Amino acid sequence: MISAQGGVQDVVLRLDGVTKRFGPLLANDAISLSLRRGEVVALLGENGAGKTTLMNILFGHYLADAGQIEVFGVVLPAGNPRVALAAGVGMVHQHFTLADNLSVIDNIRLGTERLFSLGKAGLARGRVAALARDFGLMVDPDARVGALSVGERQRVEILKALYRDARILILDEPTAVLTPQETDALFATLRRATGLGLSIIFISHKLHEVMAIADRAVVLRQGRVVGDVVVAGTDGAALAALMVGGAVVMPEVLAREAGPVVLRLRDVVTRDAGAAPGLKSVGLDLRAGQIVGLAGVSGNGQAALADLISGLRRPYSGTFQVAGQAVPRWSPQAAIGAGIARIPEDRHKTGTIADFSLTENAVLERYKAAFSRRGWMDWAAAVRFATGIIAKYDVRCPGPSARIRLLSGGNMQKLILGRVLEPGPAIILANQPVRGLDVGAIAYVHAQLIAARDAGAAVLLISEDLDEIIRLSDVVHVISEGRLSPGFARGAMSAAELGLWMAGGGYADAA
Amino acid sequence: MSALFEILVSASFWAAAVRIASPLIFACMGELICERAGVLNLGIEGIMVIGAFTGWMAVYQGMPLWGGVGVAMAAGMLFGLLHGVLVVPFGLSQHVVGLGVTLLATSTSSFAYRLMLPQVTSPPKIEPFQMVEIPVLSDIPLLGAALFSQTALTYAAFAVAGLVGWVLFRTPLGLAVRAAGENPAAVEAQGLSVTGLRLGAVVVGSGLMAVGGAFLTLSAFSSFFFEMVNGRGWICVALVVFGGWRPGKAVLGAVLFAAFDALQIRLQQTPIGGHLPYQVFLMAPYVLSILALVLMSRRAEVPAALMVPYNKGER
Amino acid sequence: MRLEPIANPGWRRRLGMPLLALLATVLVASGLALIAGAEPFATLGLIVKGAVGSKFALLETLNRATPLIFTGLSVAVAFRAKLWNIGAEAQLYAGAIVAVVLGTGAVGAPLVLPVTAMAAMLAGAVVLLGPVLLKTRAGVDEVVTTLLLNFIMLLLVSYLLEGPMKDPAGMGWPKSAALIREARLPRLIEGLRLHWGFGVALIAAAVIWLIQTRSTLGFEMRAVGQSVVAARFAGMPVNAVLVKTALISGGLAGLGGWSEVAGLKGHLSLDLSPGFGYTGIIVAMLALLHPLGVVVAALFVAGIFVGSDSMSRAAGVPTYIADMLLAVALLFMVLAILLSKFRVVRG
Repeated sequence: MISAQGGVQDVVLRLDGVTKRFGPLLANDAISLSLRRGEVVALLGENGAGKTTLMNILFGHYLADAGQIEVFGVVLPAGNPRVALAAGVGMVHQHFTLADNLSVIDNIRLGTERLFSLGKAGLARGRVAALARDFGLMVDPDARVGALSVGERQRVEILKALYRDARILILDEPTAVLTPQETDALFATLRRATGLGLSIIFISHKLHEVMAIADRAVVLRQGRVVGDVVVAGTDGAALAALMVGGAVVMPEVLAREAGPVVLRLRDVVTRDAGAAPGLKSVGLDLRAGQIVGLAGVSGNGQAALADLISGLRRPYSGTFQVAGQAVPRWSPQAAIGAGIARIPEDRHKTGTIADFSLTENAVLERYKAAFSRRGWMDWAAAVRFATGIIAKYDVRCPGPSARIRLLSGGNMQKLILGRVLEPGPAIILANQPVRGLDVGAIAYVHAQLIAARDAGAAVLLISEDLDEIIRLSDVVHVISEGRLSPGFARGAMSAAELGLWMAGGGYADAA
Repeated sequence: MSALFEILVSASFWAAAVRIASPLIFACMGELICERAGVLNLGIEGIMVIGAFTGWMAVYQGMPLWGGVGVAMAAGMLFGLLHGVLVVPFGLSQHVVGLGVTLLATSTSSFAYRLMLPQVTSPPKIEPFQMVEIPVLSDIPLLGAALFSQTALTYAAFAVAGLVGWVLFRTPLGLAVRAAGENPAAVEAQGLSVTGLRLGAVVVGSGLMAVGGAFLTLSAFSSFFFEMVNGRGWICVALVVFGGWRPGKAVLGAVLFAAFDALQIRLQQTPIGGHLPYQVFLMAPYVLSILALVLMSRRAEVPAALMVPYNKGER
Repeated sequence: MRLEPIANPGWRRRLGMPLLALLATVLVASGLALIAGAEPFATLGLIVKGAVGSKFALLETLNRATPLIFTGLSVAVAFRAKLWNIGAEAQLYAGAIVAVVLGTGAVGAPLVLPVTAMAAMLAGAVVLLGPVLLKTRAGVDEVVTTLLLNFIMLLLVSYLLEGPMKDPAGMGWPKSAALIREARLPRLIEGLRLHWGFGVALIAAAVIWLIQTRSTLGFEMRAVGQSVVAARFAGMPVNAVLVKTALISGGLAGLGGWSEVAGLKGHLSLDLSPGFGYTGIIVAMLALLHPLGVVVAALFVAGIFVGSDSMSRAAGVPTYIADMLLAVALLFMVLAILLSKFRVVRG
């Protein structure tokens, strides 16, 4: 609560007792917070703490069960996305809401002009140019959005909000997709914005960024506000304790002697796939008992490398060896046969089939080799396998015949872990294995990867979270526009230096 | 060979091509609007039938010709609304619902026809749209006869195509419709209703399809037969792909297609026609449509969210 | 409004919604009867009586259901793998053509029945193979290609019946010569006008059910239908699965053509199928794509057709009411299936 004397006029946004329930889950539990003019408030919390739900309510995408929202002293009618926009609240989503096949200017204009009118294309162009100049958000207005880099797309998203005269900007995990240097540029833009009187809500779970940009931090845990603190008067450790609510022990990685090379890439080239770059002469060794981390901004060739190792893509040229042998007719089936455990980036779309049961999902990869005889399925064996995974990997579910769509992300990931780890793989490809998971599940997945590594598996960990990479990896490579940096041993490189490579700067220095 | 050449330089041939193209242009524009907004409308075949029937029946009951066009359009919009409600807010399979709407519209036409004309053996004729020669322009050799001695409904077809192109690519409404077919989440984030845009597109598009059907009864054949649409709707679905979801190219495709159709009719009467069974000529339109699909499907830029239902809560 | 998945829909909802759809269809039927100036209950009664009211009616319904089981299975198999085969009509005719070509003397007893059956399956499969290869190789949408093939096939049949396959003794009618006696399917039960095609259809349904639930191919077909991306990632040969699905689907429709020719008509004519291929889509959807459900749905649909025909003669309501009712039932049913799994919520 803001005291009556403390500049009530200054408060631009006030949430009061917002509550939202999804079935048995209380996603938002009487959340109250306020935002003042020119202020940056960090909304801090783990995945599943209720941040996204809260913002969806603010934007009228969800209807709150209780509570109200005031913008510039006026109560917002609930459940209408237009009113928040019209009241001057702009949102930059974590997953950009841009139409790839439309131009930058069309994406910005969309929905800002009366539908049944002739439109004002010329005026729009001038205003966008002025905004881009004022806020340092340079981008070609006629470019097709699909051809832009991730950083540029984010600028378009911010321009979209500013173009609608947003006075309050909400940024949902804006740095997740940026290099450290791009993050600095974003922060500069945000400071200019607050200097011009805008207010900002900055949603994040990265403490050092919160400390760097925010004036105040509101911490959410399990749908409740557990702290509302001035950043200058606290430290990262205190915020972390608030956020997690008691210490979660993150698994530790003990140094270990690496074994022989089990997967080797030399001068591997793959074709570009649309806007996503292919690999450009990549060399990589995965050794038994070693975690190799692949850092990089998304869309820089991680997909190409992951697809290559998963078997979805074949090299255009170069050497690709598994266990010292050149791979013949590479395919997902061949990759599974070669003992590669594949944890896909998108567990909902690629890793599982939503309307299939846990059993069916558990045997999805090895139904032919291990769970059938002469073309007929051995469902009894499949159910035994799934039941075993459920017990061993602590998958919380109604049972092996339940549809997997009912599971939380963490439990879904545990089933995938069981599916790929049970056969005892020699190589593990973990692509964004903890994205979107809560703290407990993150610790569990990391512990499993470390245990597999200690048991002698070669692990390739692909992540956009630099902290995760640095914490887990024995060796770190950076990927940028399809090129791979040399490997850096644990502790041999700082985050800032890796950031330089992520921005593609390393090669320029080397050349 | 000379027979072929004579056909190709005759004004009556090109006039026929433009005439045959007209219903296809209406229906193509209708399907194109739907698909640009992200909705496949396989109700097209049945909606053309209901348009052909209701337009004709309205005129037969004494309405003026343009009144018949209006009635057809309204009937088409009604069935479009049915398709739209089932596939947009409810997100049901666009394939299955579309086929269901086609069956419903077709059988409704047959049912109503039998009810209203229980005794007739051959359907009564109406006085159709008459040819309107545009002064001066119609005197241009070849082109004049082909383009400017047509019925009002043909002129309307080309005008509608121009209007559709202009709205889609030059106005805020068109931008919103196209965005709904590219990324509905982007549309919703900008405060527009995906449901509203898509429903509107399907309803308006279906109205145009029905006018395409009405062309057959009110301008081409002046009577209604059960089988008269005969796959033209499906051909339009192919033509939209062929035209790369662009109104101009789709019109071009429709005229090209109609030219081939007019050609096969004329070739049947030449010595070549004597050597080949007539069924081969009748197959040509369908074979051509498949060929068009094969040629263009790799190159075309499909609206990214075509056939992807949008449910707000889902992510 | 928004759709929210129901975690564990109870049996009441799962059973109640489809029943509601059926009830709504009956209401529409009553409305249509009223519009046609007939008494609703009497009309419905006449439909039911016409479908199952006598031994003759019942046998007529069973005979009419036979091709619908084949085309319904064809569509159900394909749709389960999200292969949009709208061309069962063409595949059925392809089977019929081949059955007549081989069954009018080219192959003699005792092999003629199995040979014509196999050949008909092959012919149906080949007709669907084209669109499917275009889909997997060139990315051409199979909906429109299979649809257009129906028109092409009918014209081909028309050509064949006026040309090479014309019955010289047909007195100018476009129909083929009759099958030899050994190529005809025997009666299922002596003395009853029901041929063995019905028995073969039931066996086909059981076999398809076994394949779908017990075989690796069935597992692959369901996986591909649910998510091509996940199936491919899991190492399934997606294109090969689609091709196999197409062969089975087209084969079933072709077998339907064989059954009609060998069991019922005895020759090929242009009115062999009054749209069995299209009606198969309705049958498959009403059966929720379940192979055993297809049998039930085919009997229901056949009953509506046969019953409406007989009602129409008695009560004067146009027989097209059958098609309208089926379209309405189809639309209500897909909505009911959705509502048995999702709940509509505000906001």
